[in-house]
Amino acid sequence: MAGHLAVEDVLRPDRLRIELLDNPIIKIEDVTKIYKLGNIEVVALNNVSFTINRGEIISIMGPSGSGKSTLMNILGCLDITSAGNYYLEGLNVSAMKDNQLAEIRNKKVGFVFQTYNLLPRSTAWSNVELPLLYSNASNIKLKVSTALSQVGLTDRAHHKPTELSGGQQQRVGIARALVKNPSILLADEPTGNLDSESGNEIMKIIQNLNRETGLTVIIVTHETSIAKYTDRIISVLDGSIVSDIRQKAATVTT
Amino acid sequence: MTLWATFMTALNSLSANRLRAFLALLGIIIGVSAVISLMSIGRGSQATITDRIQNLGTNLLSISPQPDEVLTLEDAFSLIDPIHTPSVKAVAPQISTSGTLIAGKERRRTQIIGTTPEALSVRSFTMKSGTFISVPHVTDSQEVIVLGSQVATDLFGDRDSVGEYIRINSKRYTIIGILAPEGGTSFGSVDRQAMVPITTAYYRILGDKTVHGEIPVQSINVEAHNHTLMEKASEEIQVLLRLRHKISDEDDFVILNLSDVIETLEETTQTIVIFLGIIAGISLLVAGIGIMNIMLVSVTERTREIGIRKAMGATKQDILFQFVTESVLLSFVGGIIGIVFGIGISQLINGMNLGNQMLRTVISYDIALLALLVSSAIGLFFGIYPAIRASALHPIDALRYE
Repeated sequence: MAGHLAVEDVLRPDRLRIELLDNPIIKIEDVTKIYKLGNIEVVALNNVSFTINRGEIISIMGPSGSGKSTLMNILGCLDITSAGNYYLEGLNVSAMKDNQLAEIRNKKVGFVFQTYNLLPRSTAWSNVELPLLYSNASNIKLKVSTALSQVGLTDRAHHKPTELSGGQQQRVGIARALVKNPSILLADEPTGNLDSESGNEIMKIIQNLNRETGLTVIIVTHETSIAKYTDRIISVLDGSIVSDIRQKAATVTT
Repeated sequence: MTLWATFMTALNSLSANRLRAFLALLGIIIGVSAVISLMSIGRGSQATITDRIQNLGTNLLSISPQPDEVLTLEDAFSLIDPIHTPSVKAVAPQISTSGTLIAGKERRRTQIIGTTPEALSVRSFTMKSGTFISVPHVTDSQEVIVLGSQVATDLFGDRDSVGEYIRINSKRYTIIGILAPEGGTSFGSVDRQAMVPITTAYYRILGDKTVHGEIPVQSINVEAHNHTLMEKASEEIQVLLRLRHKISDEDDFVILNLSDVIETLEETTQTIVIFLGIIAGISLLVAGIGIMNIMLVSVTERTREIGIRKAMGATKQDILFQFVTESVLLSFVGGIIGIVFGIGISQLINGMNLGNQMLRTVISYDIALLALLVSSAIGLFFGIYPAIRASALHPIDALRYE
């Protein structure tokens, strides 16, 4: 079983290495999600299973209504499953209460949204600081300035979102996602509202984060031009996975 | 989230929409300042009434005859009796009538009180100038008069008129003294009265002709030796007068204890103060509803913000606490400003002249503290429902909200 090592495994380093590599950061087991709209039941996800390993960069693709948004909400612990299990770093998230989910979102998930979702009246600094305020974080100043420098926005720290370009706003969004040092980065159409140049910059930052720090990245998109920068593409249609393809990721050039 | 972070977040959110925050504040400010100024007016009038009665003397009993019955001057003097009424210190019977005082071209119709020398101590009068009525004035029914301060001013202006004459019913009266003003301008104030010897009032002004001791008096003011002897004095007087009047059933007189009157009046004014407080409290309640209204609008407007915060790991309690903090902050700050305004208004209207009545306010800091607590509690109470609405939002729905 993943995550449980026997004594003999520890004594054999080669097996230990394999065990760690195979240890999935995300394990989705027969997950079904059903929405009730009045008397009608809508099956948004139907018996979906897959695993994502630590350090992978993958894209989830599918047209609107395919269930990819539902899948993203579940992966981001914003929603719970109707049936099946979701393990994030070995923790069964599908059995958790609201407050535990909030804690998981705070500690393990970094969100990047298509519409940035920054607090409009707060500065870049305050936006990045936000996740730290919902936990007993120490060294807040250091963490915020580190996250801002990771996305190259140190000099824009005290600007409000309205004073920043779309690309800069999205970089604030990424800094906010990174500040808690999450287990996974979940990006929902991160370039959807950007021109191709800014979009490329954002993809470069995300790809570099994955390659340099080994951060696990999941990008939800319907654009193949984005998906090509990931080394695995999961396609969703009508609530089921129709393909799961591994590829050699293209490197983002700007 | 730490308390400080919550506080700063609330402050930022409120300052982001200053006009709206100000309008919500305004309701609380008006409510609290209304409570404080109305209560201080209430307490001020209470103090005025109490003071005025206490001016009459707290050791004072007043005896008056029942309707169609008679108390005589002799009854009054009989109360000075160390054996039957040891608690009685002094007795001042009085007759009240009215007449026109003429001094040169000035005429004033005033209340004329026939009284005895003891009134000076019993009613605790002080003389502005001259002397009070003395014993020979009474025994000889002399035509002398003591003027209340207002009467003296009306007739003679600021000039000291002691030694001058005035006329009542074409008889000449010598002014022997002028009383110091007692303050208070309500009906019955000694400032608007004139005093003559009780015998003079009876024989000369009323023009009656009875044997000296049988002069009927309207009331007898009795001073007890001290405040604690009031009950005892009252009982002693009752026994003595019943004996004198040979009464076996109902008393033909009434003994009024002025402390009882004060108590009754205080109870009455207390009711008025509470009533004023309730009216002002209603405005505070309305202000609370205003806060709730504004917080509900705020929750709807900031749905997306709530979604973002939840996605970043805010729990239900974090969101609840944030919105409650905002409304409590509003009502607390409004309460403080309201206290400042309320105290200002109270000081401004203190001493204001309303016709012939001076408005007096007494600022009570217990009321100020209470108003602050109540307004904060109102912020808490009316802030909870919008805060619960905010905290119950599902993160996905909140994030999707346009």
